[in-house]
Amino acid sequence: MKFADSSNPELTKFEKKVNEFFETISGLSLFSILFLKNIFKPPYEIEQIRKHMDELGIKTLPIVSVTGFIIGLVLTMQTQPVLARFGAEAFLPGSVGISIVRELGPVITALIFAGRVSSGIGAELGSMRVTEQIDAMEVSAINPFKYLVVTRIFACTFILPLLTVYVIFIAFLGGYIAVVLVQNMSIEYYTGAIVRAVQFGDAIPGISKTFVFGFIVGVVGTYKGYTATNGTEGVGRASTTSVVISSLLILLFDMVLVKITLWLWPTV
Amino acid sequence: MVEVKNLKKSFGNLVVLDDVSFNVQTAENFVVFGRSGTGKSVLLKCLVRLMDPDKGEVVIDNKNVLQLSLSELNELRKNIGFLFQGAALYDSMTVRENLEFPLIRHFNFTPLEREKKVKEVLERVSLELAIDKMPSELSGGMKKRIGLARSVISQPKLMLYDEPTTGLDPITSKEISELIIELQKSLNMTSIVVTHDLLCAKIIADRAIFLHDGKIHGEGTIEQLTTADDDLLKNFFTDQHIDSNNRSK
Repeated sequence: MKFADSSNPELTKFEKKVNEFFETISGLSLFSILFLKNIFKPPYEIEQIRKHMDELGIKTLPIVSVTGFIIGLVLTMQTQPVLARFGAEAFLPGSVGISIVRELGPVITALIFAGRVSSGIGAELGSMRVTEQIDAMEVSAINPFKYLVVTRIFACTFILPLLTVYVIFIAFLGGYIAVVLVQNMSIEYYTGAIVRAVQFGDAIPGISKTFVFGFIVGVVGTYKGYTATNGTEGVGRASTTSVVISSLLILLFDMVLVKITLWLWPTV
Repeated sequence: MVEVKNLKKSFGNLVVLDDVSFNVQTAENFVVFGRSGTGKSVLLKCLVRLMDPDKGEVVIDNKNVLQLSLSELNELRKNIGFLFQGAALYDSMTVRENLEFPLIRHFNFTPLEREKKVKEVLERVSLELAIDKMPSELSGGMKKRIGLARSVISQPKLMLYDEPTTGLDPITSKEISELIIELQKSLNMTSIVVTHDLLCAKIIADRAIFLHDGKIHGEGTIEQLTTADDDLLKNFFTDQHIDSNNRSK
């Protein structure tokens, strides 16, 4: 596998940056294609995928729990006075529920996941690259791309939607605590109002886009780690750039996916 | 066993290997000497296509390595062991898992047979007690031994060593060199050793080449190279000789 070389000393700083940008884009595209080519080929590395899903889920669970709870709580506290101004407090659970399911839950979870997981994968694979562990695997006739990259991307793609569903429920719980603090509302009324307001058309696009976000986190982290160079400095760079690029791509793709969703379900 | 013809490799304008050709016979211990940065490790990586050379031919076991498909190359690689400079142990796995890894992938051994193989090879490198340790708990010399054990566990026909004694103290260096020769004899392997350690080469080498500026500058036995009437070889080996004498003391 070869990537363009942006280390040519004759290039200016700006040219290098532009070159690096296109290198990253082409590298990420190539990685995505290779992932799709390899995913259906045996061996399927089920044990590795299960291990990564376990690790990634457990690693991220505490931070997404806290964040989800706070988001639900704060969003409810902020929305309540605004709705009260229009005499629409009864819509509080529904409006908060829709915001969390459609946008905040998926995007916030994905951004936290990117910060926690993408950097970890970048550092782990980067360190394996610079200490020749990936070469050692390749020379023992084991496909390192399949064993290290495909399994991680797959795990990220499927664990993020599960985490998002979990975060949404935790955020609802936070929202309920906030509601109880400011007005008298039973849990039955609160959950009933959310169930009535949040429709299938809200939940499906919201959750579906997290598959894409998970894929982005996996591809960026593995790409940056797998192609790391220049020793420990390269490992550090792989880790930090993974977070920056995956966060940016999550937000960019969110914009595109929201547009597509609204185009597919205009009445929702 | 190994035939290298007119091998060329460059990185940008920097020519690292320039028309390098040599042969290695079956069961021979072949040493590649040279100062740091002369392309020794690149040569080793080109042999197993961890790097693709720009030009030339590499024939291993009558197969032209550069023309093999990936699956054919992987079949060939199953018969090649590679000891990396830093041992390259998988740091998320225990010693046992490191050693079992190639066995699980390429052979249909039962868990009991695997266990037996792992214990056997650990006994050969005198590290039976390290079986459940993580690589981070091992010293540099121990890592090299485990790396060596992992490389030979599937009994390769050809072993490639990239600076096997670099970074080790003189006693451990000597032990590793002796272990390499012992394993080579007992498993009847062909070895190509990249090193700049004369002491190691003296113990291991049947024949050697000296690389300089990407070209072969000298070829022969260690005796012939160390006594050659050539300024470059004299300078290299005189410094090495003083160094190895000091280390012996």
